[in-house]
Amino acid sequence: MNAPAKQTIKGETGDWEIVIGMEVHAQVTSKSKLFSGASTEFGAEPNSQVSFVDAGLPGMLPVINEKCVEQAVRTGLGLKAQINLRSLFDRKNYFYPDLPQGYQISQFKDPIVGEGEVMLDLKDGSTIKVGIERLHLEQDAGKSLHDQSPDSSYVDLNRSGIALMEIVTKPHMRTSEEAAAFLKKLRAIVRYLGTCDGNMDEGSMRADVNVSVCRVGGYDKFRADGSFKHLGTRCEIKNVNSMRFVAMAVEYEARRQVEILEGGGTIKQETRLFDSKLNETRSMRSKEEAHDYRYFPDPDLLPLVLEEAWVESIRKSLPELPDEKRARFVAAGLSPYDASVLVAERELADYYEALAKGVDAKAAANWLNNEVLGRLNRDGLSITDVPVSAAANNAIVAMIADNTISGKIAKDLLDIIWTEGGDPRALVESRGLRQVTDTGAIDAAIEAVIAANPDKVEEVKAKPKLAAWFVGQVMKQTGGKANPGAVNAALKKRLNLPEEG
Amino acid sequence: MSPTAFTLAGARDALKAKKISSTELTQAFLKAMESARGLNAYVTETPEKALAMAAASDKRRGEGIGGALEGMPLAIKDLFATRGVRTTAGSNILSNFVPPYESTVTQNLWDAGAVMLGKTNMDEFAMGSSNETSAHGPVFNPWRAKNSNANLVPGGSSGGSSAAVAADLCLAATGTDTGGSIRQPAAVTGTVGIKPTYGRCSRWGIVAFASSLDQAGPMTKTVRDAAILLGSMASPDPRDSTSVNVHVPDYEKQLEGGIKGLKVGIPKEYRMDGAPPEIAALWDKGALWLKEQGAEIVEVSLPHTKYALPTYYIVAPAEASSNLARYDGVRFGHRAKGARDITDLYERSRAEGFGAEVQRRILIGTYVLSAGYYDAYYARAQKLRTLISRDFTQAYAKCDVLLTPATPGPAFAVGDKSDDPVAMYLNDVFTVTVNLAGLPGLSVPAGLTANGLPLGLQLIGKAFDEGTVLRAGLAIEQAANFTHKPANWWSK
Amino acid sequence: MSVDKDTVQRIAKLARLAVPQENLAPMADALNGIFNWVEMLNEVNVDGVPAMTSVVAQKLKWREDVVTDGGVAEALMKNAPESEGTFFVVPKVVE
Ligand SMILES: [Mg+2]
Ligand SMILES: [Zn+2]
Repeated sequence: MNAPAKQTIKGETGDWEIVIGMEVHAQVTSKSKLFSGASTEFGAEPNSQVSFVDAGLPGMLPVINEKCVEQAVRTGLGLKAQINLRSLFDRKNYFYPDLPQGYQISQFKDPIVGEGEVMLDLKDGSTIKVGIERLHLEQDAGKSLHDQSPDSSYVDLNRSGIALMEIVTKPHMRTSEEAAAFLKKLRAIVRYLGTCDGNMDEGSMRADVNVSVCRVGGYDKFRADGSFKHLGTRCEIKNVNSMRFVAMAVEYEARRQVEILEGGGTIKQETRLFDSKLNETRSMRSKEEAHDYRYFPDPDLLPLVLEEAWVESIRKSLPELPDEKRARFVAAGLSPYDASVLVAERELADYYEALAKGVDAKAAANWLNNEVLGRLNRDGLSITDVPVSAAANNAIVAMIADNTISGKIAKDLLDIIWTEGGDPRALVESRGLRQVTDTGAIDAAIEAVIAANPDKVEEVKAKPKLAAWFVGQVMKQTGGKANPGAVNAALKKRLNLPEEG
Repeated sequence: MSPTAFTLAGARDALKAKKISSTELTQAFLKAMESARGLNAYVTETPEKALAMAAASDKRRGEGIGGALEGMPLAIKDLFATRGVRTTAGSNILSNFVPPYESTVTQNLWDAGAVMLGKTNMDEFAMGSSNETSAHGPVFNPWRAKNSNANLVPGGSSGGSSAAVAADLCLAATGTDTGGSIRQPAAVTGTVGIKPTYGRCSRWGIVAFASSLDQAGPMTKTVRDAAILLGSMASPDPRDSTSVNVHVPDYEKQLEGGIKGLKVGIPKEYRMDGAPPEIAALWDKGALWLKEQGAEIVEVSLPHTKYALPTYYIVAPAEASSNLARYDGVRFGHRAKGARDITDLYERSRAEGFGAEVQRRILIGTYVLSAGYYDAYYARAQKLRTLISRDFTQAYAKCDVLLTPATPGPAFAVGDKSDDPVAMYLNDVFTVTVNLAGLPGLSVPAGLTANGLPLGLQLIGKAFDEGTVLRAGLAIEQAANFTHKPANWWSK
Repeated sequence: MSVDKDTVQRIAKLARLAVPQENLAPMADALNGIFNWVEMLNEVNVDGVPAMTSVVAQKLKWREDVVTDGGVAEALMKNAPESEGTFFVVPKVVE
């Protein structure tokens, strides 16, 4: 692989390229916590979803939630990753008020999921592969609130012990667009799998973004021999919680590092945070202190051993994932771009599939993109609250295809159902929207238009392009119900217009 | 005879025959406890609770219902969380901690009808072999050497429990054993203690010291009593990932049948240089007793024995340093006054709350886990543990149970070893291997020193074979005919 | 490997234990006494020996994903050294 540097930053001393890796914390979708029976529901009263285990009371012990293990395996399979049939839970020791046990139960040396990959479809039509280093299970910490009192912090442990999947990529991203696209794709995958709700506003997904810069060519050398010495010193930007912020943080941080290097300085490996209001990253003072987490296997837990057959049964139950769905859509006739847009959200893809059942794939995609999504956009709605069912839209598209209604009527019909509801086929009958294909009626309409516009008849003979005007008038005459093809043919015959090439 | 002199089995018969009520028995113990406060065996007495539980038990008995321990007054080591009753783990950091939950083991006892007399003293967080590290002060061994008024230690860390059993301040007591904390105090107080197989008793609700080593077990006056009490303490527990899902047999029934044909291994490495000759002599005598009852004595080798104690002093402090991180003054326990910031609060709460030995072990544990030292210490120790465990597996190819001394000597004087940590740690030299390998081990009184102090012998079994250990222990107990009691010098 | 005062200070910081200056040297001595004794483990060849991860052969227990716990905020606050409503309170933490 010897791709040219993608996003370079020009400096006085030469060009720099950016290298990005990510650690994403994704909250596992489960009813109860990783090691206790307390609820994971969002937004409860402080400390109301805390068991004695979560509060780290003396003598309390962890017992693992089988659902969380299954979700981690499911995610690993979705990332086309190696599932480790034996993994270990370790304690990561440090003191913090929202860490009740004084350690976080995590997986250090032997994670449940090993190497995998995620494919990214970029705007320019290219596809890149981002390597996944590992996925491990760990506990979330509680929350400290610092703005409730001038001299105290308040601790709420509701989040303490909720299961997280930490998904670590290889440093395989090289532009802010790729970084944002990765997070978007990962979110789509876990949402397809049902293993994380991807709700970034509620903190269900948080990204730690590792950014470094190196001289152009360094990345390729790194890919060639795997040695990190070709890459620059990285800074970790903690807890970035949207795709847009990921892109902004990468842009800012890369420029900051280049500025330092160009000025003859060196990059200090450190943890930074992204301030979205000021659009900048800054050093986290409190994390300055050298950490020594003293990882060791948690003696309260035994090795986590999975059975091959169980993993296989999960593999068999996996849904079709975005990449496969996209390929299938393209094979059915969609453009790669349309297909990518449709599979980005599982709900949208599902809606599309229901809409496209038994009709032309491309026609269905166009109808969805232009008509349905256009109206959703106008009304500020998302696909989950679309007022017209996929089945109704499917009927409309089918009626266009078999000439029951015209395209124009179809749009009107959608508007009616959008606001008033109703069954499309019944509405076509009750409101007489059926397309007129009866040549007698069309001929009568043509005669009426000719009679009313004798001057235009002369003009059209000289300028055959004016035929379109006649079609429009005839359509108007028939209340839009005439079949435009039939009108066109009859007009040509009546006015003796030449067949166009 | 005072009812406090009952064994558990004896009390069971008397209660069943209605010769005594649980209330009468409980009152007798409460009175004895009151007059024995000088021993400092209990840190919290719960007389009201005891009498209420006894009354409820008498009522059940009147209705013809009841469990295996119906109406029997017990003492509980202060390491077991007891709902609504202060639980300190022998530490100032928990001096006001009242758990809103009950440990699985103690719940099992109450479910079986037992009565709680109170919580017994112990080394702070079970770290000690003499009960001298307790924040509540030392416990005195009811035993004294011939012609001496010197106060001796009751062993540790379950020193309050061993003293309470030896001085008839309860029918029996619970203990916990991480490196010998049941067996060593039992040996030096002339009582019986068994550490069951790791995973037999749930650890849920027991304040953790070293999670991979901690096990609860009974401390009793006789081997039969140990069998009875263990039967109620042990249970699989869905709340403890390391508790084992195996059926708990009727241990008392397993006492029957004698030891004819039993292969008893004598591990040669337990014959240690510099050990008092009385220990070796008692060990030989024990082997002879078993042989006389039909057992076959075989010599076996446990080549890594001498590495067990240093291995333990890496693994246990490492786990403890992490287990004790939760005592940070934030959610419960001692909090230092006037902290400048959160770090100051942590550092001073912990320095004020933990005693010297606990602090020392936290530092050892932190060090052996820290960057650059993990492989040299912790990882190496866990590998040695594998080797120590393999030693036992190989020995059990040749025998069914092992016989060893329980301690390197009798009870020593209060203050004697408190300046030299390594000398103190050596008290556990014969017991600690068993914890590292997760096996069951029993200490049974087998004789007195020339000075009149009790000594014990240890029986070590295969995993989940407490039955054989208890049966062989009964054979020793019967042969030794140990009926000695300490002279009562403490009653006021 | 010998433990000095600075090392004691460093690990005491990691362990969040305030050790007074005058105790650093004695503590270093005590730790050295123990670590010297522990040195004997280096006699053993442990090449190829797996580290023990569980002392009894058994499978890790799995729990069903049901809500069985929580709703004990008041009980938690009873043992709390300082609380406000159902929050634990600590000196202000600067992030
Ligand atoms: Mg991380
Ligand atoms: Zn993490």
